Amino acid sequence: MSCEFSETTVHAYFDGELDAVRSAEFEHHLDGCEECKTELREIGALRRRLQESELFEQASRQLRDRIRKQIAKDANGRRSALFSGRRVFLIPAFGALVAAAASLMLGVLIFQSHSRSTRITAELIDAHVRSLQPGHLTDVLSTDQHTVKPWFDGKLDFIPPVSDFSQQGFPLVGGRLDIIDGHSVASLVYSRRKHIINLFAWPYRGKEATGSGSHQGYNWLRWQSGDMEFCLVSDVSTADLRQLKELISQ
Amino acid sequence: MREPQDRIRFEQLVLPHLNSAVNLARWLLRNRADAEDAVQEAMLRAYRFFDRFHGGDARAWLLQIVRNTCYSWLEKNRPAELMTEFNEEVHQQPFANPETLASQSDDRERLMRALESLPARAREVLVLRELEGCSYKEISEIAAIPIGTVMSTLARARERLQRTLTATTAEEAS
Repeated sequence: MSCEFSETTVHAYFDGELDAVRSAEFEHHLDGCEECKTELREIGALRRRLQESELFEQASRQLRDRIRKQIAKDANGRRSALFSGRRVFLIPAFGALVAAAASLMLGVLIFQSHSRSTRITAELIDAHVRSLQPGHLTDVLSTDQHTVKPWFDGKLDFIPPVSDFSQQGFPLVGGRLDIIDGHSVASLVYSRRKHIINLFAWPYRGKEATGSGSHQGYNWLRWQSGDMEFCLVSDVSTADLRQLKELISQ
Repeated sequence: MREPQDRIRFEQLVLPHLNSAVNLARWLLRNRADAEDAVQEAMLRAYRFFDRFHGGDARAWLLQIVRNTCYSWLEKNRPAELMTEFNEEVHQQPFANPETLASQSDDRERLMRALESLPARAREVLVLRELEGCSYKEISEIAAIPIGTVMSTLARARERLQRTLTATTAEEAS
């Protein structure tokens, strides 16, 4: 590459890994650099091709069962070894019990400090699972953002951003209301290769929890933007969720 | 008393990332059956070392173990793959039988071959970024390399994949 920016800068920019200053510098440079523009287009096309070819491999049911059995067996094995081998040493065993109880309590304390955001994430995933049951997916069924958006009017004390991303492979299916943490949230339904993605949106109330993870086999991605908080939940890959997040954030 | 607690926590925190584990192993070992064996072993290891997991990103923690298990497996069974930067023999090795090939789209097949022809270290970074959606920081944790190395490896891997794809398309056209 003959331009002043290194090859890795283009990639880091594409991946959203440059800090704000460097990102702005690069964008400024990008205006006049055809080479970098082409490069960006090519990386984008390559990503789409990789993600659309369904190369992500999933675990087979048999493997899942095998692992569950193996863990159960390992847990039982270790427990029986502990009890048969150390039965005579009642005092150390009691000590171990106290230690175990103490660490459990410590665990509970640590757990509680994360509990609010964890609980909200758990509620969001429950809402996603509930939405997949027959007849629960949408209250307003439309692929037209101009139908879905007005539907929320008067039902919420905030206006959720509603956009259709059919062109980018995430068609809008409809909208719905859910109650999370005692408040109404807007739920927008998107589909991705026959999979359902729920986008939950609600006003930012402080102490946001950004991050991503997986729970009960569903992937989630939470972030805050402006005065809104968002969470995507689905069984599609985290890569897909990040792609949709980028579209929503634009 | 502690065991059932641990097991439940393990099932809630680690087991949901099983698909990610299989995907990484599949692309590292380039073979589905070997990948499932490696993941089963990695999961048992993760379970036994679960008391060393102190919260944080469970997916990155598990993928780190999966990766180490896969590399140990490669060292034992196919050491050549880890030594060569770009192995022609590996490149030409057939990866699937003709029947499954016929049923799959040409593009997917071409991509699979191109991806599998990359050196293992480039392949894993690319798979973690593009298929798994990991951030540079997560990749650096999983692959135990500095973020700068993640950046340069990823740039090179994409470029090489692009070149391989262009070359195979040209080959088929001629």
